[in-house]
Amino acid sequence: MSAVIAKGVGKTFGTKSGDVVALTDVELTVEPGEFVSLIGPSGCGKSTLLRLIADLDSATTGELEVFGKAARQARIDQDYGIAFQQAGLLPWRTVAGNIALPLELHGVSKKARADRVAELAALVGLDDFVDRYPDQLSGGMQQRVAIARALAEQPRLLLMDEPFGALDEMTREYLQGELARIAAETGAAVVFVTHSIPEAVFLSDRVVVMSPRPGRITDILTTGLGDARTEALRESPEYFERVTAVREALHGAPVERANER
Amino acid sequence: MTAVAADRAASADRAESRSRAARVVAPIVVGAIILALWFLVVDVLHAAPRALPSPVAIVGQLAEHYDIILEDMGITATNALVGLAVGAVVAIVLAALAATFRPMDGMLAPLVAAIAVVPIVAITPILNTMFGASSQFGRQYVAAIAAFVPVFVNVLRGLRQTRPVHRDLLRASGASGLQTFRVLTLPTALPYLLTGLRIASSIAVIAALVAEYFGGPADGIGTAIASYAKSGHAALAFAYVAGGIAIGLVLFLVMSLLERLVTRGRPV
Amino acid sequence: MSRSRAAIAWGALGVLAVLVAWELYKFLGPADGLIVGAVAGETGSGVMILPRTNDRAMPHIWDMVARLFQSASGGDTPPLIVPVVTAALTTLGIAAVGWLIGVAVGALLGLVMQRWRLAEWGLLPWIVVSQTVPLIAFAPLIASIGSQVDRAGTVPWPQWLSVAVIASYLAFFPVAVGVLRGLESPDRIHLDLMRTYAAGYWPTLFRLRLPAAVPHLLPALRLAAANAVVGAVVAEVSIGMRGGIGRMLIQLAGQGSSDPAAPWGPTFGSIALGLVAAGSVALVGLGLRNYRRGEAAV
Repeated sequence: MSAVIAKGVGKTFGTKSGDVVALTDVELTVEPGEFVSLIGPSGCGKSTLLRLIADLDSATTGELEVFGKAARQARIDQDYGIAFQQAGLLPWRTVAGNIALPLELHGVSKKARADRVAELAALVGLDDFVDRYPDQLSGGMQQRVAIARALAEQPRLLLMDEPFGALDEMTREYLQGELARIAAETGAAVVFVTHSIPEAVFLSDRVVVMSPRPGRITDILTTGLGDARTEALRESPEYFERVTAVREALHGAPVERANER
Repeated sequence: MTAVAADRAASADRAESRSRAARVVAPIVVGAIILALWFLVVDVLHAAPRALPSPVAIVGQLAEHYDIILEDMGITATNALVGLAVGAVVAIVLAALAATFRPMDGMLAPLVAAIAVVPIVAITPILNTMFGASSQFGRQYVAAIAAFVPVFVNVLRGLRQTRPVHRDLLRASGASGLQTFRVLTLPTALPYLLTGLRIASSIAVIAALVAEYFGGPADGIGTAIASYAKSGHAALAFAYVAGGIAIGLVLFLVMSLLERLVTRGRPV
Repeated sequence: MSRSRAAIAWGALGVLAVLVAWELYKFLGPADGLIVGAVAGETGSGVMILPRTNDRAMPHIWDMVARLFQSASGGDTPPLIVPVVTAALTTLGIAAVGWLIGVAVGALLGLVMQRWRLAEWGLLPWIVVSQTVPLIAFAPLIASIGSQVDRAGTVPWPQWLSVAVIASYLAFFPVAVGVLRGLESPDRIHLDLMRTYAAGYWPTLFRLRLPAAVPHLLPALRLAAANAVVGAVVAEVSIGMRGGIGRMLIQLAGQGSSDPAAPWGPTFGSIALGLVAAGSVALVGLGLRNYRRGEAAV
């Protein structure tokens, strides 16, 4: 069963100055365990599409299935984990408390929670920081906590909205490597929104290229870079080739209005 | 635009105008319910104690005695306004000093924090002794101290609200201190001043009115409420209460309007 | 640490400056005060803008302090400070009850207004207007309801309870507004997150909205405490309850002409009362420090 199936999905927002078509005619299937990036200029609807899959907004037209269910049901059944551009940690909870939040909300016992938190903290390399508060962590560490929190309930689908967008380049590349490893270890499908071409190529099995006005999918490229997403990959000719291919696919789309929104 | 989209836009418009209507209608409905309950308890069921007069009787007393009520309203309103004006001016001056000189801030901060939590009306009897029992100044002084706190706090906050990037920009442009004040500090602080004044206006009225309870000349809204309530003229006492509310409300609305005008068109 | 010591030093200097200003004005100011617009030969005309400086109008600070330790009303009555402290504690207790009632009512209103938009629209304007109603308007009403209930005999309603109820009228307002603003304060991202967890109203309230409201709640509770003290003092005076600091203020002010330093006793008492009330709430804030952390900017 596919992780996500979108058929003719569209989203229109009603504003004071009339309707804005944020997304139109989206056809997309994400297979289990697959890493799919959504890339495109501002206003192309990539974040909107992610929010539709998460059932944070509902589609105006079309059908959206997550693991064979309506998006709403999938949310209620907790079939996905999510991370945003801001870490969105609760400032009054420790790292452990933040990771445990979804478990706590869903009635997982205290003992099981503690075990899972220890496991996840190790997975994202924060074993020594579980008792710290978010304001005592760097931005990169906060984002790692957010990823651990998204993974808390072993979701088969991970939704990520530019999770590394606010980080510096070094931290970013390091976390990309970590995410690739974590995604492989957990076997979860990932839908990953980004505006960085190298990031999309490095992480993804497929890169979905989108374009604004109205927001739509213009191209879907398969990277075919295999399972080894290591630092060596960043210097391989295949990688550069794919980066160029994605860049050309993006520039084929009208990007001159990218900075208007 | 597709037919579906147009339909959705129209329904969004409808929803918006509906909620705008609800915003106006809801408080009116609540007010009407309160009034109806009041009327029911007092005039229909006769279940209220004598201290709670009927709304009809209050309106009657208002119509009958509006001249003396207006006269006392004038006295209390003047006290409140004098207090508000004096308190605000002192607050602005001291806030400016505190924003400029650190030691001044250190000395004022604990004093203001203390004044903010101390029952100011308690000093009325002493002020009456200092200025003489026939003087309104004790009451005006109390209103001034009460109004001082919110104005001081807000103006000081406003004066500290200028953003580093703007300060850097003006410094880089070689602006003088006065120019910086005119183009940056003043416009930034002005909305805060008006917020402070709006809060202070209600407080000044209440303070001036309550101060009348602690002695001084035998005039003003508060004195009248006390004496009529004590002598069993509950309806007349409540007519005076309505007068007191009117002063507070008018002042509050004027200040809110002023605030709206100044902050119009800028994001806060 | 040395920084907070410096803050205390500056604060003490500020208080000292006020005391010095008092004595300096008393020393230099005109004995009969500064009157502007007086008509010659007409007593009582004009406006006195600076107070009289004689010992009756402005006693020396050391006289005020010394008076606290002299017998309250002659003979072998205990020093003034004893009845002042007793009265202040009485009022503090009543204000505390008023504060509790006000906090309960205010919190309930805040919760309801946050839950239902329509309730906010309907109630908030009236809650704002309610604070322009002089609370003394209710004093006789509450007192008479209280005595009726008390006389009915099923539930005792002592006079102090009326004072507490009147005090709660001032205390509920900041709490209602603070709870509403506080519960509305969580970031969009946190609300989205709770939605992705399929968390309903109550889990969202307890895990997100209430903790996030703490920074709004603490100042509201402190303001409510200060308001409850004002309300209690004023209510005591207006319904004529004995034993509290409000009554004592009026009483000793009456003796002011023969014993000018005496009214300062209860005045200091009520100042201390306000400080103690607000300070106790500030102590609550210390226990909630973790809820006042801001997330570091990413």
